[in-house]
Amino acid sequence: MSQPHALPANDHSEQPGLAVQALSLAHGRHPVIDALDLELPPGKVTAIVGPNGCGKSTLLNGLARVHAPAGGAVLLDGRDIHTLPSREVARQLALLPQDNTAPEGLTVTDLIRFGRQPHQGFLRRWTEQDQAILDQALAAADLDDLADRPLDTLSGGQRQRAWIAMSIAQQTPLLLLDEPTSALDLGHQIEVFELIRQLAGQGKTIAMVVHDLVSACRYADHLVAMADGQILARGAPSDILDPALIHHLYGVHCDILQDPADGTPVLVNLRKSL
Amino acid sequence: MTDYACQRTPESRALVPPLPVAVFFALAAAMASLLWGAGPVGPLEAWQVLTGSGGDEARFVVMELRLPRMATAMATGLALAVAGALLQALTRNPLAEPGLLGVSGGSAFAVTLAILLGASSATMTTLVAQAGALAGCSLVMLATRSRGLAADPVRLVLAGATVTGLLLSLTSVMMLADQRAADEIRFWITGSIAGTSLADLVAVLPSMALAGVLVVIVASPLAALSLGERAAMGLGHRPGRIRALVVVSVALLVGGATALAGPLVFAGLVVPFIARALAGPDIRKTLRLCLPIGPGMILVADTLARVIGAPAELPLGVITAMLGAPVLLIIVRSGRIPTL
Repeated sequence: MSQPHALPANDHSEQPGLAVQALSLAHGRHPVIDALDLELPPGKVTAIVGPNGCGKSTLLNGLARVHAPAGGAVLLDGRDIHTLPSREVARQLALLPQDNTAPEGLTVTDLIRFGRQPHQGFLRRWTEQDQAILDQALAAADLDDLADRPLDTLSGGQRQRAWIAMSIAQQTPLLLLDEPTSALDLGHQIEVFELIRQLAGQGKTIAMVVHDLVSACRYADHLVAMADGQILARGAPSDILDPALIHHLYGVHCDILQDPADGTPVLVNLRKSL
Repeated sequence: MTDYACQRTPESRALVPPLPVAVFFALAAAMASLLWGAGPVGPLEAWQVLTGSGGDEARFVVMELRLPRMATAMATGLALAVAGALLQALTRNPLAEPGLLGVSGGSAFAVTLAILLGASSATMTTLVAQAGALAGCSLVMLATRSRGLAADPVRLVLAGATVTGLLLSLTSVMMLADQRAADEIRFWITGSIAGTSLADLVAVLPSMALAGVLVVIVASPLAALSLGERAAMGLGHRPGRIRALVVVSVALLVGGATALAGPLVFAGLVVPFIARALAGPDIRKTLRLCLPIGPGMILVADTLARVIGAPAELPLGVITAMLGAPVLLIIVRSGRIPTL
């Protein structure tokens, strides 16, 4: 069922790539991921899916160097990410974690300004260029009208777009998102996913942990299906998704149809037993 | 609540910029502390001294007594305000205050022990006070690491009050042991900057300057830490290093302030509270506002301490507690303690 994935030959080959080699990650003594290999296809959206506790968020945190490996390495442009200065990594790779918080009263603009921190020297002030990048980030995430609003007064979708705008201001070729749409209703989910697609269209390499398999199929070019710290399948959603994989991942049976609009796989007739 | 928050931002932008107003307040408070005192030298005579005339006695009172005291008050206020703002940002707790959390208590305990053992030099006292503050601060950080305490601001303060109470009673026990030391300590332990000399201040300044450098380095990363540990790491910061730098800065500042003025409670609570209300959620702006408001506040408190009961003086710690306690009650009673 697992297909070898070939890197698509496109214009993004000169971009910094993110890959893991024999990566092992553990929570304390408890191993979560053992000797895993993975490469993110450049300029594409990769969705990491799998059941709860399969290690997908741990893998994403490992990729983002916030979870130190127990073995193996995460390679940014071929270099071990943990040997690079953290600030330098932050200019290549942005992370939208799941456990982010914002102090009460922090405005959208305040938040996006943080995205410029990796580019600012110790005493370097806010420049016109920084301001221009902030304005672009606001526009890209469609937040112009909300620029001065405190985050705690926004809807979930607007707030998540503000966080993504912060990573846009970070101007990194790589973007990692941990469940960017969890706790959002359908409309807000689509609003966030469409922004993510838009960023991929501009050439960013994106990896995201997604809870909802159907959304993952719809919005990702590349699917990484994980169970028990192992990758069961990887490839284009329509290539790798079949009832056997679904059963392996989630222990449920289903049929797979194609969405008449865009051909993405849709799960129907879901049931626990045959 | 939503509507209120929506309106708040444009309104606060329309107001007078708070920083110049705060600087003016600090300068006015500094002037007042030179003009008024517990003694017979009134504002008019003091003013004459400042403009170059005035009698010898008035000159002595203003230049030799009030001026060093003003400088000491400013250094103390600045240190406690900045330390309070840092601790609050680090623990994400608006009630975190060096006096309430036992940082000042640890500092005072260490100094008492040192005096009892025969120490007297100002430099020595500063170092001992800072070591004690570092121990107190580390204890607080350990407490916030344990679950529950970090999530509940009031419980953290309870834990701090327990530690402070314990340290104060241990300090009292030590005072029983030596009557001579007890008189020296008792005056200092309530918090006072009466009779401090410029030499005391000079002894504290190097470590305060070092703390200042550390605060400049750590301010932006600390602001990023308010977005969450992983978000800060994603921006290229190292949370462990940020915490260590903040703890050392707080220890240097609180130790220095305690060496000068004794363990002052509430000063590190009120000033950051006001600064945050004016500056908004960014710790960098809050810190900037603490620079004038902190000294201004202690100057006002110390001037009141001299004037209210003249010709006798109230201890400074009594006045800061009287100003600070209502603010603490307001925060706790507001029902919803804001998350930082």
